[in-house]
Amino acid sequence: MSQHTLAVLVENSPGVLARVASLFSRRAYNIDSLAVGPTENPDISRMTIVLNLDGHVLDQVMAQLYKLVNVIAISEMPLASTVHRELLLVKVSDKKSSDIHAVVEKFHATIVDETEGVITVEATGETSHIAKLLAALTPFGIKELVQSGLVALERGSAALSDRTLSAQGISTLHELGTQADYQN
Amino acid sequence: MSTEITGASSLVKSLEAAGVDVMFGIPGGAILPAYDPIYDSKIRHILVRHEQGAGHAATGYAQATGRTGVCIATSGPGATNLVTPLADAQMDSVPLVAITGQVPSAAIGTDAFQEADIRGVTMPITKHNYLITDPADIPRAIAEAFHIANTGRPGPVLVDIAKDALQKMTNFKYPKNIQLAGYKPQLKPNDQAIRDAAALIAQSSKPVLYVGGGIIKANASKELLRLAELIGAPVVTTLMARGAFPDSHALHLGMPGMHGTVAAVTALQKSDLLITLGARFDDRVTGKLSTFAVHAKVIHADIDPAEIGKNRFADVAVIGDLAQTITALIPAVQAEFKKSRPDLTPWLRQMNSLKATYPLGYNHPEDGSVSPQYVIERLGAIAGPDSIYVAGVGQHQMWASQFVKYEKPRTWLNSGGLGTMGYAVPAAMGAKVGMPDTTVWAIDGDGCFQMTNQELVTCALNNIPIKVAIINNESLGMVRQWQTMFYESRYSNTSLDSKRIPDFVKLADAMGCVGLRCDRTEDVDSVIHEAMSINDQPVVVDFSVFRDAMVWPMVAAGASNDDIMIARGLAPDWDSQEL
Repeated sequence: MSQHTLAVLVENSPGVLARVASLFSRRAYNIDSLAVGPTENPDISRMTIVLNLDGHVLDQVMAQLYKLVNVIAISEMPLASTVHRELLLVKVSDKKSSDIHAVVEKFHATIVDETEGVITVEATGETSHIAKLLAALTPFGIKELVQSGLVALERGSAALSDRTLSAQGISTLHELGTQADYQN
Repeated sequence: MSTEITGASSLVKSLEAAGVDVMFGIPGGAILPAYDPIYDSKIRHILVRHEQGAGHAATGYAQATGRTGVCIATSGPGATNLVTPLADAQMDSVPLVAITGQVPSAAIGTDAFQEADIRGVTMPITKHNYLITDPADIPRAIAEAFHIANTGRPGPVLVDIAKDALQKMTNFKYPKNIQLAGYKPQLKPNDQAIRDAAALIAQSSKPVLYVGGGIIKANASKELLRLAELIGAPVVTTLMARGAFPDSHALHLGMPGMHGTVAAVTALQKSDLLITLGARFDDRVTGKLSTFAVHAKVIHADIDPAEIGKNRFADVAVIGDLAQTITALIPAVQAEFKKSRPDLTPWLRQMNSLKATYPLGYNHPEDGSVSPQYVIERLGAIAGPDSIYVAGVGQHQMWASQFVKYEKPRTWLNSGGLGTMGYAVPAAMGAKVGMPDTTVWAIDGDGCFQMTNQELVTCALNNIPIKVAIINNESLGMVRQWQTMFYESRYSNTSLDSKRIPDFVKLADAMGCVGLRCDRTEDVDSVIHEAMSINDQPVVVDFSVFRDAMVWPMVAAGASNDDIMIARGLAPDWDSQEL
């Protein structure tokens, strides 16, 4: 089992999130996180899905996802060639305010609110960075936290949306690895 | 300036533009606006007695003709009654378009009268579905629905239309070209994959053509025959592929799987190369997956990339239309054979020995009652390979797959994937509507028949003269067989008493059909001939048969194919076989 991140371009149509969720549910694929948002094209939304599974299951997940008519393109987002980011908002008790400020500075986080004995910290970063920040803040007493799902973007000029223009079905299937080496 | 018409008229014009000649359905409140233009349309609408019947009839029509079947129902219960046929069509890759009415768009989400979120309900059991609330979207949705249903891997598409979208005025414009960003089935196989497949074939000394229902969907039976004869490899046809390759052909070993022939099951188990064509390594074929065909490399040709590697690793994957794939494969194999060609003689000798030693068979019951296998065998022999046979689900289905001899594609219809009891009568109705000049026999169990026989009323009233053979063992026979084998013959709730109640002959008569009864072996032929002679009315024959007949051979659920039994507690005599 290992962690994989998929970027999925979908038509911005009603029910598309339900279709993806229903697929993952009925095929018993566990999602670690899922983030959905608009893209540069108002007709297209982008999902970033983080999964924990075996490599050959990943091929299957991608092929099954691609069968959804509203799914336009899929690509795996390996850490080495993509930028991964999560957003964290966390409320911490301000009893040791100066220590908290030091942690915030060390992790390049931001304080977005200080009210009624609570400091609210905002941070973005890779999953491991957010985890380390959270570990550093935990001793102060975490009152509440919220995290976005992970989002990811390829480094360089390559864009997943290029593949929506022509023959994306074929280029997408190229991503399927060993089993699909025979795609045109 | 085009004249505005109602959304309902736009729907009917769209269906006409899509080439629909018949649809099966029942009106109701939300779909009612559509039924007004249907009244004037040239499309034949067949008023069924239950929406499940409409769905299976559309499936039977589609499986018999290859064209897309259409069913139509109202919102809420009308739509939910289509759920089983939609799931059935999804599992068996049947091109189907289902139209449902929905409550007015303003009422959606309010738990309105006869409201059900049928788009949500059918998401996992359709290839795609739509909820339409704007009448301007109707023609595009219908055009896309037919495009999606009957291209690539076929499947069911549901179009749910809010009542106000049917009532409002709109301009009708049917799209000429369908472009879907996320739906572009790959039809042409990759050249390198074809060469790799041909190379594997030329290296194999124990190849088997493992043929699934995809061959029938792709209308690729002729190409299959050429490929099989070129390679000279034995052929097995799965439950969904019966008829894809002639049963009479010397290379045909029969059906593999849980109730497959010893030769077909063993061929897969001992093979060094599975040439998999439109099959999906279903658990009913593989048995325990980890012990399935352990020595075999796999060529997997399918139009659906998601089938590749789903259950079994493919050494060579060929994505594409099967007719194109085989057409490309034939010259590639010929080229490889010019370089080297393995001798398949020992392999064929072994398989033919198994085929000769372990033919399908049955015993006539000692108590003098009628053997169900005999009835089905005679039915197949008398009605012949030009008839269409439609089975329900259970023992009779397995016997119908074993003892009717199929020579042509689209002559054997059944519910393979979902295993829907009650499929036979409405599917036979749909098949007969699509193929009115062909004899259509439903081979049904007494349990199945009691789930959907109301459609015989539809048949009687609409001049759809199907024939139904009820294989009446007064039991849920397959479940009873499992109780015999795995539950110490404790027959919990499998006895139907259907030799007493209902009286199927009277029931047939009450539904406007001819009812016949047969309870003696010596009468079987004459009753079948009598049924064959009646072509102006549906006919129902109640064949009273031996209750304890069992389906053999059998690989128990979850067991290895190596543990196939030819009768209770009896394995083939492997030591006497040279394998």
